[in-house]
Amino acid sequence: MGRFHRHTDGSVHEHDHRDVGDHTGYTQTGTERVSVLENILAENDRIADRNRADFAGAGVTTVNLMSSPGAGKTSLLKRTITSLEGRLRLGILEGDIATSLDADELGGLGAPVSLVNTSAGFGGECHLDATMVRSGLGRLPLDQLDLLIIENVGNLVCPAEFDVGQHARAMVYAITEGEEKPLKYPVMFHACEVVVVNKLDLLAHLDFDLDHFLANLRTVNPTARVIQLSARSGEGMAEWCDWLVEIRDRTAVAGAAGAHPRPHNAALTG
Amino acid sequence: MHELSLCQAIADTVSERAEGQRVDRVEVRIGHFRQVVPDSLLFSWELITDGTELAGCELVIDHVPAVISCQACGQESTLDMPILLCTGCQSSDVRLVSGEELLIASIDRTGERVS
Ligand SMILES: Nc1nc2c(ncn2[C@@H]2O[C@H](COP(=O)(O)OP(=O)(O)OP(=O)(O)O)[C@@H](O)[C@H]2O)c(=O)[nH]1
Ligand SMILES: [Mg+2]
Ligand SMILES: [Zn+2]
Repeated sequence: MGRFHRHTDGSVHEHDHRDVGDHTGYTQTGTERVSVLENILAENDRIADRNRADFAGAGVTTVNLMSSPGAGKTSLLKRTITSLEGRLRLGILEGDIATSLDADELGGLGAPVSLVNTSAGFGGECHLDATMVRSGLGRLPLDQLDLLIIENVGNLVCPAEFDVGQHARAMVYAITEGEEKPLKYPVMFHACEVVVVNKLDLLAHLDFDLDHFLANLRTVNPTARVIQLSARSGEGMAEWCDWLVEIRDRTAVAGAAGAHPRPHNAALTG
Repeated sequence: MHELSLCQAIADTVSERAEGQRVDRVEVRIGHFRQVVPDSLLFSWELITDGTELAGCELVIDHVPAVISCQACGQESTLDMPILLCTGCQSSDVRLVSGEELLIASIDRTGERVS
């Protein structure tokens, strides 16, 4: 195991030695080494479990929607609200760093929208955690919803690390982002059950190699469902909505059969 | 990025386990597949602990390699990318042995009362 620590002069070193008195025990100075072995995100995961229990109690299926900034989450949600009308009762929880721009854009389309500004959470500028999601749930009529979609903060790293109590993770990838993204952000691409490949209307104008992208995606996530879509033209919306109905049916059946199993905390196996 | 949130969570747990004593060293175990930048975690730790009872407390990061064990041929492979394939026989029937750790391993309590 490589070890890192910071010296008082501010420099960071990596060491490969083992310290004396490795785990539990007393050192010469009378200092006591106490073994803790607690998950750093244990508190987040407890709150995520409470969210999950509330979703189960209200009978609502929850999807955590992630992407890099500007890939098209809000545009996709705008179309989703109208496309699902009459099929599923949809609610949206909008995670935004500091503005209400996305929430404003989604308001008035017929679905309840709850805004959570993440900069209120300390150090949480780059992702939604379970507590932030919980803080926005009170403003949604959960009992009257079938499906809740959480628009996470645009970021391909941090959101994948935080369980918020969702039933499924999905992401939007835009073809303007280049073919190598799955290899650069493998944890995010691995964590998602669905990858929406968006901005397909631009395909003719870019030298984007779709097959190359799909091959890269397959190496980090062989089982991801890929939905090719354009939030601009509406192409592919039917398949996206079908998946939402499907995940809704799947979790509703699991809910009826008993409590939802708690997924592993980590994105890789979660 | 989210290293600040992680450090806040570490500090909360450490304070709970300190039982009123000074803690001068915290050891955490971070798996290779967790997206934590060591430098960034150490920097965040200084920011978070500055002006608190944990000021000056050393954070030591154990980096745990990502290892899979192949159910087909029995080989263990150390991975850089989360591509869960045996490097020996390419089987996808593998079990993740380590690499997703995100643990507070231990704290050093000095015995000196701080609260
Ligand atoms: N051509 C084209 N543009 C799109 C498409 N989808 C979204 N856009 C544009 O991309 C830009 C960003 O879209 P948003 O929907 O705001 O993306 P987002 O993921 O919600 O962005 P953040 O919330 O800021 O991370 C906007 O200018 C959209 O009009 C698409 O399918 N085709
Ligand atoms: Mg948006
Ligand atoms: Zn093998």
